[in-house]
Amino acid sequence: MASARIEVRGVAKSFRQRGGRSLEVLRDIDFTIEAGEFVCLLGPSGCGKSTLLSIIGGFEKADKGTITVDGAPLSGPDPRRVFVFQEYGIFPWMSVSENVGFGLGALGAEERSRRVAHWIGAVGLGGFENALPAELSGGMRQRVALARSLAVEPEALYMDEPLGALDSLTRQQMRTEISALCRRSKPTVLFVTHDIDEALLLADRIIVMSVRPAHIIEIVPVAITHPRRFGEADYVAIKRHLYRLLGLRDEV
Amino acid sequence: MNRLERVLLPLFVAALIIAVWSVWASGGSGGATDFPTPLEVWRGYGHLLRPAHGEHGPLILKHIVSSVFRTSFGFLAAVGLGIPFGLYLGWSARAHASLDWLVQMLRPISPIAWIPIAIMIFRGDDLRSIFLIFVAAFLPIVISTSAAVHSVPSMYLRAASNFGLSDFQILQRVVFPASLPQIVLALRVAAGISWIVIVAAEMVAVQDGLGWLITDARYQGARTDLVVGTMIVIGLLGWGIDSLLRRLERHPRVSWGYPRNG
Repeated sequence: MASARIEVRGVAKSFRQRGGRSLEVLRDIDFTIEAGEFVCLLGPSGCGKSTLLSIIGGFEKADKGTITVDGAPLSGPDPRRVFVFQEYGIFPWMSVSENVGFGLGALGAEERSRRVAHWIGAVGLGGFENALPAELSGGMRQRVALARSLAVEPEALYMDEPLGALDSLTRQQMRTEISALCRRSKPTVLFVTHDIDEALLLADRIIVMSVRPAHIIEIVPVAITHPRRFGEADYVAIKRHLYRLLGLRDEV
Repeated sequence: MNRLERVLLPLFVAALIIAVWSVWASGGSGGATDFPTPLEVWRGYGHLLRPAHGEHGPLILKHIVSSVFRTSFGFLAAVGLGIPFGLYLGWSARAHASLDWLVQMLRPISPIAWIPIAIMIFRGDDLRSIFLIFVAAFLPIVISTSAAVHSVPSMYLRAASNFGLSDFQILQRVVFPASLPQIVLALRVAAGISWIVIVAAEMVAVQDGLGWLITDARYQGARTDLVVGTMIVIGLLGWGIDSLLRRLERHPRVSWGYPRNG
């Protein structure tokens, strides 16, 4: 599959609050994501990372600045670039197969069922094709959401804290799987998280954002080969650096 | 609670009610206006099950058929028009702004208040009652459907538009199925209202049906035994209609929307 090169230039956004005052959320955001790159947006909760992702996904408009995908200005949500929502973004009335096939309406029936079967297998949900989301665990539901987005073979994936609702063990496991799946099919990935280890394990580069109004503190490259391990020297070095950037102490 | 209790408890309560009713009704000062005893009501069914003058089949059957036919017709028309209209009202901000005030204003008007209008506009018993049932069922269906559409999580809509669905496809593949559990609950409520309204309508506006049977029994020498007998039939049929609709809730496209009990 092709992957997209995304350019974000001078994006700013404010929200009108109750009482008419305006709340500045994003200030002068500027970065480029190369085709096929895995980039994490890391920053404190509520800093505006999700708003930025919404803007890049075409769901919200920036007040200032431009976003271009492969050189063309962004016009709105596009099926070539899809969101992976938290687990509750899948449709509870549809079976696993129906959910995974949701974005494949334009394909013929045969190709559709081939792809559905492929991606259900790829996320390890074989045997659960006819199950409803309510019958699945949180981790399995997140796999359905992932398979639904990957099945359309997107050129970019936007993930907004996709593992936020999972327990920490399931979270570890899903990280490994997301990393493997994305490295295999190579879409451009923009992944929002407030978890430092998550960013370190997944990303080619980490965009570190400040508290509101969010601006970019630094873009940190993570030149560590996969699979990555906690505790190795270069891992720890970058982690210390991230702590410092975020104004945290690296001791408790 | 075991299965025996499940059967015996309601039977016990029924027996208790009949006993208290017997003692209370037969202790009265006598005379035709007094409340009938259970035995009199039971004997009254002899009359209700005999054919009327020059007709075949039990007397009450014809009235049951009339009432059920009118209710079904009016109710189905309300479902067929109310669900699409409710979807539209909930989906389109413009439709909501234009029409919501009207719906909210018409809603508190009792369907019974429409009876004079039904009588003036429509000729024929069936049309009048069908119109009244339609009025009774349509608004609750519209209001619940539109509220259900409003409560569809925005994340579902975002996902749908992200995958490139058109507005109509979103309505058909996401908004309608997401609203279905609430719509089915609304159908049960609307059917209950319809069954209540048909009796009132037939008491005033038309010449047959279960409601008319009650009025007629009163004028035919104050046959309260027939009144109470017909009331019991109305209750049982209403219960039956509700049980039928409740089956819809068990369908997998609907049941996902209700919290599990047990």
